[in-house]
Amino acid sequence: MLLRATNVQKTFQTADGDFDVLRGVDLSLEGGETLALTGESGSGKSTLLHLIGGLDVPNAGQILIDGTDIAALDDKGRAQLRRGVVGVVFQQFNLIPSLKVRDNIAFQARLAGRFDPDWTADLTARLGLTEQLNKYPEQLSGGQQQRVAIARTLAPRPRLVLADEPTGNLDEATAANVLDILLKLVAETGAGLLMVTHSTALAGRMSRRLHLRAGLVA
Amino acid sequence: MIRVTLSALLGHWFCNPLQLFTLLSGLALATALWSGVQAINAEARASYDAAAATLGEGQFDRLTRRDGQPILQETYVQLRRAGWLVSPVIEGRIDGTRIIGIEPLTAPGGLAPTALHDTGSLSRFAQGEVIAAPDTALDIEGVARDPAIAPDTAIGDIGTVQNLLGRLGEIDTLIVAPVQPRSQPQLAEIAPDLQRHAAQSGSDVGRLTDSFHLNLTAFGLLSFAVGIFIVHGAIGLAFEQRRGTLRTLRALGTPLRLLIVLMGVELMTLALFAGVLGVGLGYLVAGLLLPDVAATLRGLYGAEVSGTLQLRPIWWLSGMAIALGGTGLAASGALWKLSRLPLLAGAQPRALANAAGQGARVQGIIALALLVVALILAFTASGIIAGFALLAAMLIGAALALPLVLSAILTAASNRATGVVSSWFWADTRQQLPGLSLALMALLLAMAANVGVSTMVSSFRLTFVGFLDQRLASELYVNAETPAQALAIEAFAAQNADAVLPIQSVPIQIRDLPTDIYGNRDHATYRDNWKFLDSADDPWGAVHSGSGILINEQLARRAPLAIGDAVEVDGETFVISGIYGDYGNPIGQAIIDEVAFANLFPDVAPTRFGIRIDPANTSDFIENLQAETGIPKANTINQAGIKAFSLGVFDRTFTVTAALNVLTLAVAGFAILMSLLTLTAMRVPQLAPAWAMGLTRRELGYLELLRTLLLALLTALVALPLGLALAWVLLAVVNVAAFGWQLPMFVFPADYARLGGFALLAAAFAAFWPAIRLMRTPPSELLKVFSNER
Repeated sequence: MLLRATNVQKTFQTADGDFDVLRGVDLSLEGGETLALTGESGSGKSTLLHLIGGLDVPNAGQILIDGTDIAALDDKGRAQLRRGVVGVVFQQFNLIPSLKVRDNIAFQARLAGRFDPDWTADLTARLGLTEQLNKYPEQLSGGQQQRVAIARTLAPRPRLVLADEPTGNLDEATAANVLDILLKLVAETGAGLLMVTHSTALAGRMSRRLHLRAGLVA
Repeated sequence: MIRVTLSALLGHWFCNPLQLFTLLSGLALATALWSGVQAINAEARASYDAAAATLGEGQFDRLTRRDGQPILQETYVQLRRAGWLVSPVIEGRIDGTRIIGIEPLTAPGGLAPTALHDTGSLSRFAQGEVIAAPDTALDIEGVARDPAIAPDTAIGDIGTVQNLLGRLGEIDTLIVAPVQPRSQPQLAEIAPDLQRHAAQSGSDVGRLTDSFHLNLTAFGLLSFAVGIFIVHGAIGLAFEQRRGTLRTLRALGTPLRLLIVLMGVELMTLALFAGVLGVGLGYLVAGLLLPDVAATLRGLYGAEVSGTLQLRPIWWLSGMAIALGGTGLAASGALWKLSRLPLLAGAQPRALANAAGQGARVQGIIALALLVVALILAFTASGIIAGFALLAAMLIGAALALPLVLSAILTAASNRATGVVSSWFWADTRQQLPGLSLALMALLLAMAANVGVSTMVSSFRLTFVGFLDQRLASELYVNAETPAQALAIEAFAAQNADAVLPIQSVPIQIRDLPTDIYGNRDHATYRDNWKFLDSADDPWGAVHSGSGILINEQLARRAPLAIGDAVEVDGETFVISGIYGDYGNPIGQAIIDEVAFANLFPDVAPTRFGIRIDPANTSDFIENLQAETGIPKANTINQAGIKAFSLGVFDRTFTVTAALNVLTLAVAGFAILMSLLTLTAMRVPQLAPAWAMGLTRRELGYLELLRTLLLALLTALVALPLGLALAWVLLAVVNVAAFGWQLPMFVFPADYARLGGFALLAAAFAAFWPAIRLMRTPPSELLKVFSNER
């Protein structure tokens, strides 16, 4: 099992008191499988994604990736996990503004020590970014920036790809195109894909779907 | 609408009190630095003004006896009867206080104390009242205190002072009124034993101390520039941080004009508050430094400066002016940007870098133009205005060029970087540059000022030590009170010392320039110790052959004269065989052989002597000399004592310079801290992706610290040559233009290394807090960057 989350709970402290975002979520994902995570705004989708990605830690529960409990890892251990095992595609792209497209794509792979120039060149070509390599992110359109973010995530060939509404900022045609590419590449690498989305249509293209409501699996 | 808009604008400060604190303290520190230096200058100048008003020093021509003896009362009466408008002055010391006797009725305007302008006080003065400065230790009956009197000075009617000094009927100097009757007989006809000293050749303390104040003013100007950069940075960042609020306010229908007016009023109110705070701080700084400045001026130039500070309008007004003017200047740029702010423009992560990129070309052209102007002026500047123009062009040009130079270095490093973290580090550092450039410019100017002023002061010290060795080569100096005593001293010393070197001089004119000419004895003391700026093969040989003359640098520059030129002294022609440095002397000086001097000025007899003797026998010699000739012990001066005193004075000068250096660096360090703190909020979205990709917060914190240190180090490397250039301009251009003499420049690598260390320390202190904050940023803060609903 690539990913197994058991009874994951997360509470945030707000001005009005504690707010339970996740109240005991269970889920699992095999390598090569795709899973859509849907739900209302505030249902805890993004929080769950961040916990699985090692960007935050749960208050209770267990998250095992390839058998490793990431909740038990320290800051350094979680950084290593983010570097080599997990790849995240954000809705806001979150490219590094000071680096050119070429360096943004190679960034995580080089950080993980798994930079493969041939694979990166292949990714770049298939995502239609060859002409954009020497530009800065801000010089690209939204669709182009999201394709750079996908290339960056897939360049180190992560075991688990997490995508947080990757097409939420794109128009319908561009969104469909970006998703096609993402699904195809994930399938080729044999990684597992967990995607947060509001769109029923996009969720329908995943092999499974999980709906969250008020911090619980509905 | 005004209240709502104002509450939205001011709300920013309530939510971000730290930013308000940095803005206010930045403004206050800049004001403090400027007003502190101004306070010291204003206080010292006020003391000289008091001295000039009391004594008329340097303002009037003076008459003294050629042989240095007191003028007789009868000579004074003869001169007055012949129509000469002269006024007698006697001077001495009681209880360590300088006491001056004047005749208020004949004294030219401005010579008598201002307190005597009413009849009652004039009557008391004539009846024996002595008026003293408030801080004097003078303890005599009926002494009145008046702050208008120069520090450590007392003044009384000439009759009273003659009595107090026990010198009845004696006059030291006759002050010559500027306007004299036309049908006036020549001085030589009435009093041939008197000589006239032109006003500018007197002991005008103002001229001498101007050198010191010019340096302080240069420091003050640099402080001003550093302050302006800090204020500009603080205001600019305050604007940047509220860009979103402003856009929203505009989108909601707030008129642009109202926003501009409200922001202008808000910033000026803050500037007023910070200015008052800064002036208070400046007062504190000046109060702490002034005793050392006063001691320096007293020791170096004999100028008395009050050791306590008074609230003088000139400096607190100038302090408020820099706070308000600097804010106005900085705010005008920010408000202009506000007027052009596109209503719907989204936030761009590289907005600052883009703006800098667009402005870089213009900035580069201006910087280049200024540096070219500086280069041209370096070869052509010959006056004070040109010298300061050179300083301004060089410093502003260098400051403007700094971001471009740093950007070029960082681009080159980025292109050569191979590692992923290093590539990102260099690229990210380059992106940070626009946000930090103002603080770095402030650091550049602060460091350059420190290198420049340290080099200048240290060069001055080194030169001065050499100068002391040259001028105080004899082990002992003895002053005779009468010509008979002089003869006795010479006779005694000829028997009991290795050599006697008479010191004798006469004021003359060479090429119409006032010059003191000395007659020196042929002795190895001079040959071995004197160093020349320029000389013929055997300068002393030429002098003692009777045909040569040595002149000081001031005379050589002003005349102008060079080696081999002929000059006429009282009808006799001499050829210049050497030019020597004569630091601190405002007028010309020349040296000829003792015999030639005696032939030209047979009336002049030496009353001062340098005595060469084994230092171990000095005490015995003095005792025997006193027993033999009856001269008081106070008339013998041990050379070692003078040197130790002079060097002690310099060490106090260093205290002042070091304190100003530390202060400027601290302010520059604060500017960096302020920029880093205000940039932190903008940094999170830039750093969060790197964190998400697998860098830890600790690693990012260390990299932030390293980034600041690297930028400070690169700035220090640029500051070093700039500081040396600054020192060169001050020593070789401004000093020459102002005073007629050039100080040789020495370099002090160990001092610069220490200074670089301090600058890095200041930068490290500034970067430490933001780095720690970053390391401790909770993941939830970083996650907000990735949140879809943020």
